[in-house]
Amino acid sequence: MKLYCLSGHPTLPCNVLKFKSTTIMLDCGLDMTSTLNFLPLPLVQSPRLSNLPGWSLKDGSAFLDKELKECSGHVFVDSVPEFCLPETELIDLSTVDVILISNYHCMMALPYITEHTGFTGTVYATEPTVQIGRLLMEELVNFIERVPKAQSASLWKNKDIQRLLPSPLKDAVEVSTWRRCYTMQEVNSALSKIQLVGYSQKIELFGAVQVTPLSSGYALGSSNWIIQSHYEKVSYVSGSSLLTTHPQPMDQASLKNSDVLILTGLTQIPTANPDGMVGEFCSNLALTVRNGGNVLVPCYPSGVIYDLLECLYQYIDSAGLSNIPFYFISPVANSSLEFSQIFAEWLCHNKQTKVYLPEPPFPHAELIQTNKLKHYPSLHGDFSSDFRQPCVVFTGHPSLRFGDVVHFMELWGKSSLNTVIFTEPDFSYLEALAPYQPLAMKCIYCPIDTRLNFIQVSKLLKEVQPLHVVCPEQYTQPPPAQSHRMDLMIDCQPPAMSYRRAEVLALPFKRRYEKIEIMPELADALVPMEIKPGISLATVSAVLHTKDNKHVLQPPPRPAQPSGGKKRKRASEDIPDCKVLKPLLSGSIPVEQFVQTLEKEIL
Amino acid sequence: MDPECSQLLPALCAVLADPRQPMVDDTCLEKLLDWFKTITEAGSSLLLLQENPCLVELLCHVLKPQDLSSRVLSFSLRLTGVFAAQEDCFQYLQQGELLPRLFGEAGPLGGAAWTAPTVRSGWIQGLRSLAQHPSALHFLADCGAVDTIFSLQGDSSLFVASAAGQLLVHILSLSMRGPAEGPPSLQADDWPPCAQKIVGHIEESLRSTATPQITQALNVLTTTFSHCHDPWTQVLWVQLHPLVAALLQKDPVPAAHSLVDLLLSVARSPGLSSSSCGLWETLAQTLSHLSPTQAGLLALGILKLQDCPQALRAQAFAVLLQPLACVLQATAQGPGPSGLLDSTAADSVTADMLLPSKAACVGLLCQTLAHLELLLPLPQRPCPWPQAPLLGAAVTLLQLCRGSGSPASDAGRQLCALLLGCVRVQRAALDFLGTLSQETGPPELVTQVFAVLLEYLRSPDSSPTVLKKAFQATFRWLLSSPRTPGCSDLDSHTLLFLRELLPVLQKRLCSPCWEVRDSGLEFLTQMTRRWGGQAGFRHALLASEVPRLTEQLLRDPESYVRASAVTAMGQLSSQGLCVPPAGPEHPGSQQKSLLGELLHILSTDSEGFPRRAVMQVFTQWLRDSHADVVGDTEQFVAGVLQVAGQDLDWEVRAQGLELALVFLEQMLGPPRSHCPYAVTPPVAAPAGPLTQALQSLCRVRLFEFAFRALFDCDRPVAQKSCDLLLLLRAKTASSSSLQEPRSSPDVASVEAALQRWRAGDQAQPLGDLEPEVVLAVLRSMDLEGLRGALAESSDHVEKSPQSLLQDMLATVGILGENEADCY
Repeated sequence: MKLYCLSGHPTLPCNVLKFKSTTIMLDCGLDMTSTLNFLPLPLVQSPRLSNLPGWSLKDGSAFLDKELKECSGHVFVDSVPEFCLPETELIDLSTVDVILISNYHCMMALPYITEHTGFTGTVYATEPTVQIGRLLMEELVNFIERVPKAQSASLWKNKDIQRLLPSPLKDAVEVSTWRRCYTMQEVNSALSKIQLVGYSQKIELFGAVQVTPLSSGYALGSSNWIIQSHYEKVSYVSGSSLLTTHPQPMDQASLKNSDVLILTGLTQIPTANPDGMVGEFCSNLALTVRNGGNVLVPCYPSGVIYDLLECLYQYIDSAGLSNIPFYFISPVANSSLEFSQIFAEWLCHNKQTKVYLPEPPFPHAELIQTNKLKHYPSLHGDFSSDFRQPCVVFTGHPSLRFGDVVHFMELWGKSSLNTVIFTEPDFSYLEALAPYQPLAMKCIYCPIDTRLNFIQVSKLLKEVQPLHVVCPEQYTQPPPAQSHRMDLMIDCQPPAMSYRRAEVLALPFKRRYEKIEIMPELADALVPMEIKPGISLATVSAVLHTKDNKHVLQPPPRPAQPSGGKKRKRASEDIPDCKVLKPLLSGSIPVEQFVQTLEKEIL
Repeated sequence: MDPECSQLLPALCAVLADPRQPMVDDTCLEKLLDWFKTITEAGSSLLLLQENPCLVELLCHVLKPQDLSSRVLSFSLRLTGVFAAQEDCFQYLQQGELLPRLFGEAGPLGGAAWTAPTVRSGWIQGLRSLAQHPSALHFLADCGAVDTIFSLQGDSSLFVASAAGQLLVHILSLSMRGPAEGPPSLQADDWPPCAQKIVGHIEESLRSTATPQITQALNVLTTTFSHCHDPWTQVLWVQLHPLVAALLQKDPVPAAHSLVDLLLSVARSPGLSSSSCGLWETLAQTLSHLSPTQAGLLALGILKLQDCPQALRAQAFAVLLQPLACVLQATAQGPGPSGLLDSTAADSVTADMLLPSKAACVGLLCQTLAHLELLLPLPQRPCPWPQAPLLGAAVTLLQLCRGSGSPASDAGRQLCALLLGCVRVQRAALDFLGTLSQETGPPELVTQVFAVLLEYLRSPDSSPTVLKKAFQATFRWLLSSPRTPGCSDLDSHTLLFLRELLPVLQKRLCSPCWEVRDSGLEFLTQMTRRWGGQAGFRHALLASEVPRLTEQLLRDPESYVRASAVTAMGQLSSQGLCVPPAGPEHPGSQQKSLLGELLHILSTDSEGFPRRAVMQVFTQWLRDSHADVVGDTEQFVAGVLQVAGQDLDWEVRAQGLELALVFLEQMLGPPRSHCPYAVTPPVAAPAGPLTQALQSLCRVRLFEFAFRALFDCDRPVAQKSCDLLLLLRAKTASSSSLQEPRSSPDVASVEAALQRWRAGDQAQPLGDLEPEVVLAVLRSMDLEGLRGALAESSDHVEKSPQSLLQDMLATVGILGENEADCY
C-alpha cells in the first residue's frame, strides 16, 4: 500500500493511494498562493497600478522591466495570475481509477487533472460539493477572463534569472509548472466526469475495495472517506469540523478501527478560536460603520459567508446598523445564496427542521427580503446605481489579486475611515495587501477557520484509535513562530507518519488476509470434525476461482468416468491436473497401529 | 401562655396525635417548637406541663405503636428535650418513665421509625436540649445513649452525623463542668466516667485504620477545642497529642482536611498554651507531610495566627508560595533562583503535583492565588512581602494561559499546554493581580502588568467574565499608578497606556456579547468618575470614539447595557465629556438632547434597570447642580417627579423620593446634624425664604408625589416618603409666619382626598396646593404613628402564637372538609 503525495499544502491536499489493485486520488486541491506573486487585475483601469515602475537588476539591466513591477519595495509579476498545480510527474495520472473529493475547496485543480493527463476514470463527490465547486470555478474563470491581459510573462521563470530575483519570487517552487487558469469548457468537461454520491453510500471499485463518504461537518456536502476491503480499512479525513455551524455534524463513529488514518485539512489558524473571531469581526465592522467608514470583506462566495451573514443578522439590530446596506458581489452570488437554501438534507439538524416551517433555513433570505442584503453579479450595472455609503461589501477574491475586491481596495484604500476585514485563512493578509501599499485603510485580521484544531484532533484520535496516522509534515511539529507550543502538533502513539510534496510513502501496513467464498454445494459436502470444544475442522478440496478481484472456492470437477479411451483423453485435456484427490489425513497418529502397519508394509 | 392559646392547645395536640390527620406543612411544627422554647425560657416548664396536661398526653401518645408521621415523632422528641432542660421538669418526666421510653432502647430507637433520618435527628436534638444538668448525665449513662451517639457519628445522613458529633462535644463539656462540688480534676484518670468513655472512644477512633472513624474523632476534637476553652481542654490535648501526631506517620496522611482543621482550632484556642504542648512542632511536621493542596490551607491558617514562631511562619509561607515558585522556575529563561523562594527553589513534590493532570494543576494554582489574595491585606502578613516575584508569577501565569509566554524548559512547555485557555486560572490570576496593585513593583514589572492586561483586554478569546476581571484589575492598577508630585493628573506612562486602551474599549463597546459591552461601560464610568476632571484623561477620551459609542448604547437592545450606558452618559455629561454635535450652529444641543433622551428612557423604557439608572443620574445631577438642571431646576424636578410617580417599579419611585429629598434640602437646607459637635444652625428659619421655598416645592408638585408615595403599596417607598415628610415638618415647625388655622376648607378637602388615597382610590389629584394648607395637613397627620406601623414587619399582625395554632387547626379542618366532600 503506497501513498503518493502530490501536494504539500496541508489544507489543499492531493494524494494518490494505491490499495489492492486500485489507484485512488484523494482530493485535488489547487494551491492559489502562487497568485500572490502577481499584480492585481483591476476591473477598472487603475492609473496607480499601470504606472508602477519596472524592476531592474542590481547591475542596472532592465530587460525584465516589462514583466516585473515594483510596488513599495515588493516585486510583482505583471501578467495573468498562474496557479501551482499538484505534482504531475510522480505518478502516471492516467492510471488513476477514481478521484474522491472531500469538499468544494479541494477540487479546484480538477480540470487540470481530468483534462490534461489522460485520466479516464470517475470522480466521486456529493451534490453540494459539485454545485458549489462549480460556482467557485465559475467565479474564478470569470474573474480572470473578464480582465484580458495582453502579455504573458515567462522570462522570469528561467531558472538562471529566477535566482537573481528578490524574495519571495526567488524562493517560489516549480514555477515552470505554474499554469494559467482553466476555461469554462474545461470546467464543464471535468464536472461531467463526476458521479454524485450520498453520505454512507457504499461504492464498489472493481470488487476490490469499497469507498464510502461520511459527513465531515465542515461545509455543505463536505465528506471524509472510508476506503476498505474485507480486512483493511483506510480513513481519509480532510477538512472536518466539530463546531455547530450550518452543515451536518461530523460522523466520527464510522472512522473507528481504521488501519490507517490519513489526516489533512486541519485549521490553518490553530490559535484563533472561531467564536472569538466572529465577535471580533462584528465589533470591528460596527466600529467602522458607526464612524462613517466602509467595510470590505474579501471572501469566497460560499462557506463562512453564510455563517457571517447569520451572525450579522442577529447583530445588526442590536448594534444599531439596521440601515447600513450589505452588498454581496460575485458572478455567482445569486446562485450561492439560493443553493444554500435548497440543500436541506445536507444541513445541520437545527436548519433541517426549519424546512418544515414557513421559513428558509438560512436567515440571509430575510436580509434579502428586507433589502438589508443586496447581491450583484458585478460592480458594473445595477450596483453602481444602488451603491450607498457607508456600507459593508462581501466580495472575492480573498487573494486580492482578481475579482471585484481589487476595485474596492483601490477605491477605499486611501481613507483611514474604511476597514478591510480578512476572514478567509487561506492567504497571508500581509502578502495579499502588499501591492496596495501604502494603504491608509485599517486592516483587521479575523481568520475564521472552523476546521479541527489540535485539541479536537487528539480527542478524535483517542476516540477512533487508528493503528497508524499519516499527515502532512506541518502537523508533526509546532509552527515555526511558536516553537514552544507543543500543543500545536499531532500527538499520538505510534507517532504520525508525515509526508511532503513529491514524496512516496510506503504505508506501514501489510495485507494478511483475503476473503474467499465457498460455493454452497462445496460447503454442503464438508464434514467438520470437532477438535476442541467450539472449534471444528474440515478438509477442503476445491478449485480457487478468481475473477474481478473476487475469490470463490468451487467444487473440484468430478473424476472422469472410465469409459472410451478417446473420450478419456479429451477429458484429461480439458481439465488438467484433475486426479481424484485422496482424502487428507488429520488428527493424532495411533502409534501402535502405525508401527504395525509399517512393519507389515516394509517387512 | 395566654388563655386563648391554652384553649386551642388540646385540640392541636389531638390533631398531632392523630395519624389520620397528617401535618402537611412542617414549618408549622418548627414555629410551634420555637414558641415553646420562648415560653420555657421565660417560665417554668413544669408549670406549663401541669397546666396543660394535653402536652404530656401527646408525648405519651406518640409512644404507642401506630403509624404516626415521622415528623410528629421527631417534633415530640425535640419538644420533650425542650421541657426536660429544666431539672424539675426532667424529674417530673422521669417519674412518668416518659424519658426512658422516648429516648431509651424501648422508644423509637429500636422501631421502624428509626429508619427516618428526621426521627434520628429529633432524637439527637432532643437529647441536646435535655442535656443541661447533672441528672441528665446520669440518665444518658443509664439508658446507654452515648453508645448510640457513637454509632450515629457514622450515620448516612450528614445532618444526623454532624449533630451526633456536636452532641458528643456538648456531653463531654457538660460532664467536665461537673457537679457542684468544684472544678474537675486536671488528671484525666480522675475525670467523670462519661467523659472518660467519650475520650476513650476518641482515642480508639484515632488508632483506627478506617479513615471515616479518624475523621469523626478529629471533627469532635475540632469542635471541642473551638468551643471549650477551659483548662481541662489542655489536659485533653496533652493526652491525645501523641495519637494525632502518629497520624502523620501514615502515608498518605488520613483525613488530612479534618486534621488541618483540628490543628488550627487547637492553635487558635486561648485555653491552650501552644508552646508547652508541642503544637508548633506538630504544625511544622504536618506542613511537611501533607500534599501541597492540603498544606495550603494549613499554611494560610498558620500565617493568620497572631502569635506563632517566626520559623514556622516562614515555613508556612514557603509552602504557600511553592506552586508559584514552581511556575516561575519552569518558565525561567535562565538558571538561577526565581526570587520567590531561595532554598526550596525547585521543589519536586510541587512540580509533581502541578504537572501530571490539568485538574490538579488548576486546582492548586487557583487555591494558592486565592490564599495569597486573602493574606495580602492582613496586618500579620509575612514581611518582607515578595511583591516583585509575585507580580512576576501572576504575569507569567496569565501569559501561559494565553499561550503568549515562551517557556524554555520542558516543564514550562508542559505547564503551558495544561493552562492554555483555562478560564479558572485566568480569573484567579486577574483577581490576584488586581489585589497586588495595593503595593507597587519595579517599573519594568509594572510595564509588563499593563502589557498583559492590555493583551487580555484585546484578545478576542477572552471570555466575558475574564474580560470583566481584566477591566477591574486594569482600573485598580491605574488607580495605583504613580502621579507626578503636586499634580493629580495621570503620569505620562499611564496616559500612553490610556491611548492604547481607549481603542480597545471602543471595540469592546461594539461587541456582539452584551456582557462585554456592559463591563466596558462600567469600566468607563469608573474611569470617568475618577479622572474625568483631569486634562490628560479628558483629552484622550475626547479624541476617541468612546463618548459617541456610549451615547449609541443608550438604545442597546439589552436592558442591562442600556442601564450601564445611562450611568456612563450621566457621568460623562457631569464632567462635560459629552461630544458636542458636529454642526457649530447648535452649541450645547447635545447636552439638551441627553436630558431629553434620559427623560424618554424614564417614561418609555420597558425594563426597570435603565429607568432606575436614569433616576440615579438625575439625582446626582441635581446634587451636583449639573448645567442642564440649574437652568430651570423647578421644571426639571417637576418633570422627573411626574414621570417617576407613575412608574410601576418601586425602586424608581423610591429613587424619586431621593431626588425630592435632595431638592428639599437644597430649598430648605440639610437636615439638622445629629453630631453633638456640629455647629447647629439657628433654630428659627427666616420666614421669607421658607415661604418661597415651600411655594417652589408646591410648584414642582413635590407634596402630591410624596403623599401618593406615603400610601404606596411597597413599604420601602412609604417609609421613605414618611421620613421625607417628617423632615419637612421638622424644618417648618419653627416658622411662625405660616401658622394657619387647620379648619380652612382647603385643608379639609385635602385631608378628605388623602383619606380616599389611603383607602386605595388615588384617581383624584390634589390639585394646586398652597404652602399653608400643606403645612396644616402635615401637622394634622400622625406621621410618627405611620412610621412605627411601617417599621413593623409585614406579618406582624399574623405572627402571634394564637394565629399559628389557629392556622394549624384550620389546615387540618380544611383537610377534613375535603374528605367529607369526597363522600
